[in-house]
Amino acid sequence: MIELSSVTKTFNSGKPNQFTAVDNVSLTIEPQKVTVLKGPSGSGKTSLLTVIGCMARPSSGRIFLRGIEAALKYQQESDGQVEITSLPESFLNDIRRDTFGFIFQQFNLIKGISVLENVMLPAYPSGESRNDIRCRALELLEMFSITRHAGQRVELLSGGEQQRVAIARALINNPSIVIADEPTAHLDSKLSYEFMAIVEKLKNAGKTIIIASHDPIVFDAALTDMLIEMRDGSIVESRKRS
Amino acid sequence: MNIVFERHLNILDFTLSSLLRRKGKNLSLLTMYLMVIFMLASLVFFVTALKREAAILLRDAPDMVVQRLVAGRQDLVPTQYADSIASIRGVNGVRPRLWGYYYDGLNGANYTIVADDYMASSPESAVIGNGIARSRSMVVGDLLPLISYDKAPLMLQIRSILPSESDLMAADLIVITSEDFRTLFKFPTGLATDLAVDVGNPKELATVAAKIAQQFPDSRPILKSEILRTYQAIFDWRGGMVVIILASALLSFVIFAWDKATGLSAEERKEIGILKSIGWSTSDVLLLKFWEGVVISLTAFLLGVVLAYGHVFFLSAPLFAQALKGWSVIYPDFRLSPNVDGYQLAVLFFLTVVPYTAATVIPCWRAATTDPDSAMRS
Repeated sequence: MIELSSVTKTFNSGKPNQFTAVDNVSLTIEPQKVTVLKGPSGSGKTSLLTVIGCMARPSSGRIFLRGIEAALKYQQESDGQVEITSLPESFLNDIRRDTFGFIFQQFNLIKGISVLENVMLPAYPSGESRNDIRCRALELLEMFSITRHAGQRVELLSGGEQQRVAIARALINNPSIVIADEPTAHLDSKLSYEFMAIVEKLKNAGKTIIIASHDPIVFDAALTDMLIEMRDGSIVESRKRS
Repeated sequence: MNIVFERHLNILDFTLSSLLRRKGKNLSLLTMYLMVIFMLASLVFFVTALKREAAILLRDAPDMVVQRLVAGRQDLVPTQYADSIASIRGVNGVRPRLWGYYYDGLNGANYTIVADDYMASSPESAVIGNGIARSRSMVVGDLLPLISYDKAPLMLQIRSILPSESDLMAADLIVITSEDFRTLFKFPTGLATDLAVDVGNPKELATVAAKIAQQFPDSRPILKSEILRTYQAIFDWRGGMVVIILASALLSFVIFAWDKATGLSAEERKEIGILKSIGWSTSDVLLLKFWEGVVISLTAFLLGVVLAYGHVFFLSAPLFAQALKGWSVIYPDFRLSPNVDGYQLAVLFFLTVVPYTAATVIPCWRAATTDPDSAMRS
């Protein structure tokens, strides 16, 4: 479970161009469910995702992880709760690598290297043997039916294929939480439905999924368990689906 | 331990793929870097080897040479000085030497003429250096005509040609009998160019030199160590001259490498952001950049040193020979024996590989320490 308590994220603090992207957000994200953050551009969805995913620290407020195995070694109390906002950078980095898998709007794949290498990349610093990482990466490529592109340079792939590479990369370290930022923004309807089918698979595999999107294919999907609507950095509506 | 090793191996693996993505840029950088290392290493190898050769050749030189000075300039020494010096305690032997220079108008070269009755053995015969034989296209048995000071020709038959191994010191050498020497230069009897003095105990050299200077105030004793030091200084000076010539090329490279290594493009900054967002830590990113710097600079260093070794010890340094060997017309042609000074190589390593690697890592520090999302947005 992820719990956010009065989280605020302000950019360019103290400067004339200061602005608050996330404003006093308190929220609980259930494990093994699909949570969708819905809202127009500039509503603070991406900033909230980066804060949850330990990619940026909130300006104020606290974030707790509960019952997440990879984060347990950093728990401050014996109840399995970790307050991640106060952790030093190196601990935060370990949690980010082992707990979260990111799927970016622009896919953010590294151009010029192969599909296989892109998928293996997050596991390199772990010190695991290259052969083991490679086997796992090939399994993921197989799962997403892109094995035939393994040796190809990533920029030569279509948008849908690139996204599947990005999903495979997000899963290489077997994270318990997958974060996707506007994952269907560059996909047509067919590919967007395909993406949602993959999300369903991940949900069934026990992953917690957090998606930021303003695409109806995503937020109207039956597999969405919780829909959080944001505007101007604040939550305007939060509803669970039965 | 294995985890640390695998981590380095994985990151090094990505470094290589990363470098291959910008083949043209990195290859041009590597080539320039390699050339700079090649030039510097060639210079270091060449000067060190020359100094070593000179030291080896001077091993057989007399312990001390005594010259006579008149008005501060070298003049001929009366051979009677030899008898007095020989009687000084500690002196093993004194040998008057006859040598001088001969200008050959035919090819504009200056020859060194030395009298040695043992080597030349018979009148009107000569042993010549390899350089003279080359420049005059002469073989054993040919006649070498020299014009004496009274304008009479002196025809010398070549008895043998000195091997090219001795070219550093003997390329321009002509050895003749003392009788021919006196005829050639109208050299007065009872006088010599200088005196070669052998002293049994090296520790007594300074004392013997002081006694000679006291006994003959117009004399100048020169120790073998002083001659060696002069040679070393000459080669160091020549090496320094070449470094100054190379300095502008070096400076251009430093500016280029600094610009390349320190300038982080928007693409590189974004990549650092991506790496951090997918779980790489600041130290992982810095390790990647460290390996990038090491791969480029170490490859350039190793290749440059190997090429320089071949250039100096197998090809006899054709790029530097004329500037460093120093003969104006007759250049010595010889192969230097391989000799590498580990200390100088280490200095070269620390002056090239270390600064480049540091220049690659340091600018990434800022990009790598920021939050991954800000690195990605920048």
